[in-house]
Amino acid sequence: MTEAPDITASPEPPSYPMRRTCPYEVPDGYRELRERPAPGKVRLPSGKLAWAVTRYEDVKAMLGDNRFSSDLRHPGFPLLMDHQVPAPEFSTSLVGMDPPEHTLARRAVASDFTPRSVERLRPRVQEIVDEYVDRLMEGPRPADLVDAFANPVPLLVICELIGVPFDDRDFFLRISFTVMNATTPEAGARGMAELMGYMDKLVTDKEREPTDDVIGRLAARRGEPGVPDHRDLVAMAFMLLMAGHETPANIIGLGAMLLLDRPDLRKALRDDPSRWPAAIDELLRFFTIAEIGNSRVALADVELGGVRIGAGEGVLGLTVGANRDPERFPDPDVFDIDRVDRRHLAFGHGAHQCLGQHLVRIELEVALATLFARIPELRLAEPVEALRFKEEHVNYGLHALPVTW
Amino acid sequence: MRIRAHSDTCVGAGRCFLAAPELFDQSDDDATVVVLVDQVAGVHLEKARDAVDDCPTRTLYLTEQ
Repeated sequence: MTEAPDITASPEPPSYPMRRTCPYEVPDGYRELRERPAPGKVRLPSGKLAWAVTRYEDVKAMLGDNRFSSDLRHPGFPLLMDHQVPAPEFSTSLVGMDPPEHTLARRAVASDFTPRSVERLRPRVQEIVDEYVDRLMEGPRPADLVDAFANPVPLLVICELIGVPFDDRDFFLRISFTVMNATTPEAGARGMAELMGYMDKLVTDKEREPTDDVIGRLAARRGEPGVPDHRDLVAMAFMLLMAGHETPANIIGLGAMLLLDRPDLRKALRDDPSRWPAAIDELLRFFTIAEIGNSRVALADVELGGVRIGAGEGVLGLTVGANRDPERFPDPDVFDIDRVDRRHLAFGHGAHQCLGQHLVRIELEVALATLFARIPELRLAEPVEALRFKEEHVNYGLHALPVTW
Repeated sequence: MRIRAHSDTCVGAGRCFLAAPELFDQSDDDATVVVLVDQVAGVHLEKARDAVDDCPTRTLYLTEQ
């Protein structure tokens, strides 16, 4: 395309979400939106319109501006579908809160997620990863790396974090898998009810007898400013599971795929393992597997990127596009582990920036570095073109990754 | 230049500490930022500028005074 499309000449706004057709590239529609002179609107599956912000600086400005609210129940909030409005009795935990209420609630849990705190979890993450590499190597070939490694490792890390007792872990893995992979709405609802029932019991047990984990420590601090009550603590445990399972699992799968597809990168990382942290940040930028958490509703009229967004209008911060903005990242479509600028927006920005970002970085680094160190002859059992991707999901990833060695 | 922090907005995301532990620390209680160095110049000023730019909640800022 040589010139920006004329918005006035286009009667129907483009539809959102947009599907990726290649795992290494963002949908063409993102580039078209970004090359417009100013943010435009997209049509959601609900039929409603929302502003789509795609330039790095605009997305960052929007997410850092408290005039844009995360209140999922606000009538103008750009939910993809109307039935996604949370029921009145459902606690949205941190996700649906705004400052100053959010600030207090987030601070109550933040000390468990600092770079220093999560570094203490590294040895346990290493044990979990080693255990699943052992199982992989003892199992049949070819193997599905998503099922045998990428999915269980983050789930076990979540078990550590929220303090799921060892005896409950098989049940917990099974029920979490059922909820994530339900094939019918009824099966999903049943699994969800069972999982919420389990979370409620877990929190109740910790309230009686506080344990040394994120949920146990909060249960012991009931009544302090920002500390969740029973209902909100159940919701937080559930939120940590949802946010902490599928997203890292998807990046482990996609990251393994990319590295198996690129022997030059594997060699570079083998020769100098100190390059892993930069490689992980580049994976996060390059794939940017989720962006729906960057949706907001304007509480006031705000000028953003050359347009006036009216109070009550929905705005989507499209970080998939922003992380490929050539004005911020030179040669944005090149995967470059020497990229100096690691300030991508894969974890979002603003007060809701990913709580678990430092833990996820450790998890991804330990998982991928250990996998390639211990099975150096690992290779794809099917070409990338034959793989199936989660094109219809809000979180992009692989359905399966057949590998052998 | 001096590094300052608004006390009411920090959520303890920890990006400043991760990028420049010589300039920033985090409270043990609620993870909020603790500025370790008051006056910055040279390389430290560059790092402080990056931290201000990267701060998710616009908590950090630089000032002449």
